Amino acid sequence: MPKAINVISAQNLDLTFQTNDGPVHALKGVSLDIEKGDFVSFIGPSGCGKTTFLRCMADLEAPTGGSITVNGVSPEEARKARAYGYVFQAAGLYPWRTIGRNISLPLEIMGYSKGDIAERVTRTLELVELSGFEKKFPWQLSGGMQQRASIARALAFDADILLMDEPFGALDEIVRDHLNEQLLQLWARTEKTIAFVTHSIPEAVYLSTRIVVMSPRPGRITDVIESTLPRERPLDIRESPEFLEIAHRVRDGLRAGHAYD
Amino acid sequence: MMRSTFPVLTVLAVIVGVWYLAVAPMNVRVALDQAERAGSAIVPEGSVPRRDVSVWRLMLNNTAHVPLGYALERPRLPTPGQVGAELWKTTGEMIAKGRAFSKRGLIYHGWITLQSTLWGFALGTVLGIVGAVAIVYSRTAQLSMMPWAIISQTIPIVALAPMIIVLSSQMGVEGRGLPKAIISAYLCFFPVLVGMVKGLRAPLPAQLDLLRTYNASGLQSFLRLRLPASLPYLFTSLKIGIAAALVGTIVGELPTGAISGLGARILIGDQFGTPLAIWSALFAAAILAGGLVTLLDLVQRLTLKRMGLA
Repeated sequence: MPKAINVISAQNLDLTFQTNDGPVHALKGVSLDIEKGDFVSFIGPSGCGKTTFLRCMADLEAPTGGSITVNGVSPEEARKARAYGYVFQAAGLYPWRTIGRNISLPLEIMGYSKGDIAERVTRTLELVELSGFEKKFPWQLSGGMQQRASIARALAFDADILLMDEPFGALDEIVRDHLNEQLLQLWARTEKTIAFVTHSIPEAVYLSTRIVVMSPRPGRITDVIESTLPRERPLDIRESPEFLEIAHRVRDGLRAGHAYD
Repeated sequence: MMRSTFPVLTVLAVIVGVWYLAVAPMNVRVALDQAERAGSAIVPEGSVPRRDVSVWRLMLNNTAHVPLGYALERPRLPTPGQVGAELWKTTGEMIAKGRAFSKRGLIYHGWITLQSTLWGFALGTVLGIVGAVAIVYSRTAQLSMMPWAIISQTIPIVALAPMIIVLSSQMGVEGRGLPKAIISAYLCFFPVLVGMVKGLRAPLPAQLDLLRTYNASGLQSFLRLRLPASLPYLFTSLKIGIAAALVGTIVGELPTGAISGLGARILIGDQFGTPLAIWSALFAAAILAGGLVTLLDLVQRLTLKRMGLA
């Protein structure tokens, strides 16, 4: 059936952490399919398991129940096949490497040839509009530019999936708007499948084809909202009634989740 | 650099000033004894009755003879000028005479000490780094090595040094070079070990996760993340380590029998009652340590600057 085009497929996923205060149910009965080319946002309050879910996809966390596949195989196999690029909340660039050498880091590890590395670094720097900053050290760049560099690092090795964990969470509103716009253009150009964790309702609505609303204790999915917005989205679409309508539904979903506690 | 010059010079001036002032009370008894023997009238008469009088009163009663304390041949406390002159006599003047490596000069003895220090430093640094890598990568190593490393530093090195020297000569090792290097490595490895453990553990969980998403091998993450992240810690430890290595070498030169090295000069100076020899050897050791630490500091600045970390 449609399994072939499901890039990520989770069935009844559970993840329970054993802590000194007893078990914590980070994820409980989470089922979700992400199709190729989707832009899926995960939104919810702290502790709802959105980051944990993303980390399960990346094989950085092992679920304690249920099943999950990435590209039709286990997350571990997908990770070993370098199927995804992961962008963390903090840019996490190596301070002792220049921007160019930070982007070449995954390529060096994966054994790309010197010429190929140079060509890819140039290309991805162009993609995130950082051409000319190759020789700069991270501290010479603003926070937004650093985060763009870390996205370039995740794009450098042509993984089809991009997993992003609140990549713009620490940036101010103006920079964030700009990066959101750029990310959409990048997504349109590269046709990647993106899973995106965020705290921000406007960000989720603006970026996504689907918005997954989650709620805590236990971490679970409470609503999945299909966006009716067109793929082409200028920034002022956020003023449209359609946009506000979706944002409203997300807010309702979040509120319903909170009614439990 | 320039901004720190003035405060450093101020502190130095205060130290030298206090030192000069301290020379008078420290040397007044010896000075008065000499003056009395030379026929001057001293109040009170005789060195034995003077023992019950405080140095301050002696100075007040015999103001004219106080300056004598600044020019004694065997002072309790030499003046900075005397120490400086002695240092010059045993280094610069020797070079001028073309006998730089004479065994009567401090250059020869300093060179002996420097050699052992560098060998001990190299040995200690390698041991410290290898130990730190083992501790960071193996829980067994951490549980078994760390307590011993800490205990090793609680044993007074002065007690251990003679044993190491005796044991190594029992095992047929000629001369003091090797046992001295071992003693010096014994003091030096610990700061390197502790600093490197901290440095190798400096990478954040997210940085390690990132390498996991690339499916990087253990060696790759060591060379590309843990090692470069640990370098600032390593340099700090090396600076402490080389000073400790010098102390270790000097302690290794103290037990009776040693005839060369700054430590031996200090001991011989003590046995023959020549305080100027002790003080000049002490200052030679301090200058040597300062030079070594400054050199490492320079290497640190250049390296970290190249790495974009400073």
